[in-house]
Amino acid sequence: MSTPLLSVRDLVIKFPTRHGPLTAVDGVSFDLAAGEVLGVVGESGAGKSLTGSAIIGLLDPPGHIASGEIYLKGERIDNLRPEEMRAIRGRRIGMVFQDPLTSLNPLYTIADQLIETIRTHLRLSEREARKRAIQLLDDVGIPAASRRIDDYPHQFSGGMRQRVVIALALAAGPELVIADEPTTALDVSVQAQIIDVLKEQCTQHGASVILITHDMGVIAETADRVAVMYSGRIAEIGPVREIIQNAKHPYTSGLMGSIPTLAQEEDRLVQIPGSMPRLSDIPPGCPFNPRCDKVFDKCRVHRPSLIPVENREVACWLYEDTEARGAAT
Amino acid sequence: MLAYVIRRVFQSIFVLLMVGLVAFSMFRFVGDPVENLLGQERTQADIERVRDQLGLNDPFPVQYVKFLGNALQGNLGVSYRQGRPVSEIIAERAPATLELAGVSALFAVVFGVGLGVFTAIRRDGFMANLIMTTSLIGVSLPTFLIGILLIYVFAVELGWLPSFGRGETVKIGGWSTGFLTESGLKAIILPAITLGLYQMTLIMRLVRSEMLEVLRTDYIKFARARGLSTRAINFGHALKNTLVPVITVTGLQIGSIIAFAIITETVFQWPGVGLLFINAIQFVDIPVMAAYLMLISVMFVLINLIVDLLYFVIDPRLSADASARGH
Ligand SMILES: Nc1ncnc2c1ncn2[C@@H]1O[C@H](COP(=O)(O)OP(=O)(O)OP(=O)(O)O)[C@@H](O)[C@H]1O
Ligand code: SF4
Ligand SMILES: [Mg+2]
Repeated sequence: MSTPLLSVRDLVIKFPTRHGPLTAVDGVSFDLAAGEVLGVVGESGAGKSLTGSAIIGLLDPPGHIASGEIYLKGERIDNLRPEEMRAIRGRRIGMVFQDPLTSLNPLYTIADQLIETIRTHLRLSEREARKRAIQLLDDVGIPAASRRIDDYPHQFSGGMRQRVVIALALAAGPELVIADEPTTALDVSVQAQIIDVLKEQCTQHGASVILITHDMGVIAETADRVAVMYSGRIAEIGPVREIIQNAKHPYTSGLMGSIPTLAQEEDRLVQIPGSMPRLSDIPPGCPFNPRCDKVFDKCRVHRPSLIPVENREVACWLYEDTEARGAAT
Repeated sequence: MLAYVIRRVFQSIFVLLMVGLVAFSMFRFVGDPVENLLGQERTQADIERVRDQLGLNDPFPVQYVKFLGNALQGNLGVSYRQGRPVSEIIAERAPATLELAGVSALFAVVFGVGLGVFTAIRRDGFMANLIMTTSLIGVSLPTFLIGILLIYVFAVELGWLPSFGRGETVKIGGWSTGFLTESGLKAIILPAITLGLYQMTLIMRLVRSEMLEVLRTDYIKFARARGLSTRAINFGHALKNTLVPVITVTGLQIGSIIAFAIITETVFQWPGVGLLFINAIQFVDIPVMAAYLMLISVMFVLINLIVDLLYFVIDPRLSADASARGH
């Protein structure tokens, strides 16, 4: 197999606290192929945003990568000098944040912000950069882009601003775009459009996408693969269709029962009793064991790592035999 | 936008009218101007004649309007003590105060913003912490003490700078400037630092906290995610947003620099309007006091107006809001 575009290996993210370090992300590993859309789901606090921030090198101190590696096209990027990492941000990895109302600098026009981003990374003249900027805005569906480009952020609606943010993320043609809940802050009526624009534009620019969201419905429609996170670990990762039709991890099964419909926008996991443990008291063994209806003795003592099952990987002792069988044949 | 500007101008005029009223009341009711003018040997007829001449028998509003009219034409009355027109005296003294206030304000803004940004960016650095700690002293020491300390160190002990006065001045038109002679330049350093130190520390601490706030915002995080250089982020994106709230306070501080010049001018025997005012108080020279009061108010109001208008230049959201409100 050719080198994946992105490869995350055993990523551990910790926060020092007065009572010792908290491990917020614990041994996350996954690969992302060029052009692929990976959905990341999980309850609040599962470590989705931290994983995204770590990849683009923007963990807020005191949070830090305690161990593990991140490779972009085979090159290690988690230990680069700040200036080298800066050159990668925006140029090779773009990011879309949750709230478009606060993502744009209120004191600069859209043109200022786009042109600045483009010219930071590409050797273009002011004129060429402006032309590219207008094209980008046009692509993400801003009407009358050549006129609106000189407007300030406050002159756009939330949905339009998120389109601008997407244009900014794609401005220098990155190979990977990380979108952290790009529609959560938006009006329901425009959420689907924004996801469409994001996917369509990333495909067109040939960028892979990591789409972080609470919304399984969005992932079902958009992603090729999905990673389900729980307590800072990946519970299950694999092709979206297969996981939706036949979840293997007990947590994923519960999650699939909670795919919201349009009528009922409930992203809480009503099907699974209890809630995700706090970072300070994650139980030994499988972190899901207090809530799991299939729990057995081993789960309470030993921690399951990702076990390959068919096309996917599952961190659950129920599938241990499969691995043994896989290894034997 | 235009509607807003016009409204602000009207507000300013209203404030000045009120201040004018206070100044006028001082004139009219604190001490009797007729007694001041006539001295001991006077008859009731003299008094009546002078009252008529001065218009003191007119109804109050008429007197007030006349007073304002005169003030607008630069006629602020005659100093009881010096017997010369107040406007003439003030015009002589104003350059000294304005130059002192200008240099102080420049010092306060340049160092305040510069050190504020520095201490915000190097939040945990040794220098930044040292500056922050030292600045506490700057805020808590009274102005006159700082002046005396500076005089002691730089004038008495080291003998580098003069301890009082303005040095030699050069007349350009009606303006006497100390900027063109070496002694003039040397003389302004200590008073300017004394006068501006408090404002400088205040601006610095404000810039620092605002900047730290701004550095935590989403748009700064997004700017980082776009790979912009640290310089562009700190000085392009963060600083500009920091300055929006800082402008008002800075404007007010510059206003108070002019007002507080009184103390510094007294400590350094600086021949400006502040010193003039102090002397006027000693001799109950009401016209001079009233004129000084009005002058300071005009400055305050003007600076406030400029600050408000500056907002529009910096923050595009305001022009939208204001024009929306205007309709
Ligand atoms: N500065 C910090 N100090 C201590 N713990 C932190 C800090 N920042 C984040 N965490 C913890 O790390 C965990 C993972 O956070 P993260 O933001 O990645 O969650 P998430 O999966 O993105 O959740 P959400 O869906 O709410 O965005 C959370 O439990 C959070 O409490
Ligand atoms: S390892 Fe055990 S507790 Fe964890 S999900 Fe599997 S069955 Fe449940
Ligand atoms: Mg998050």
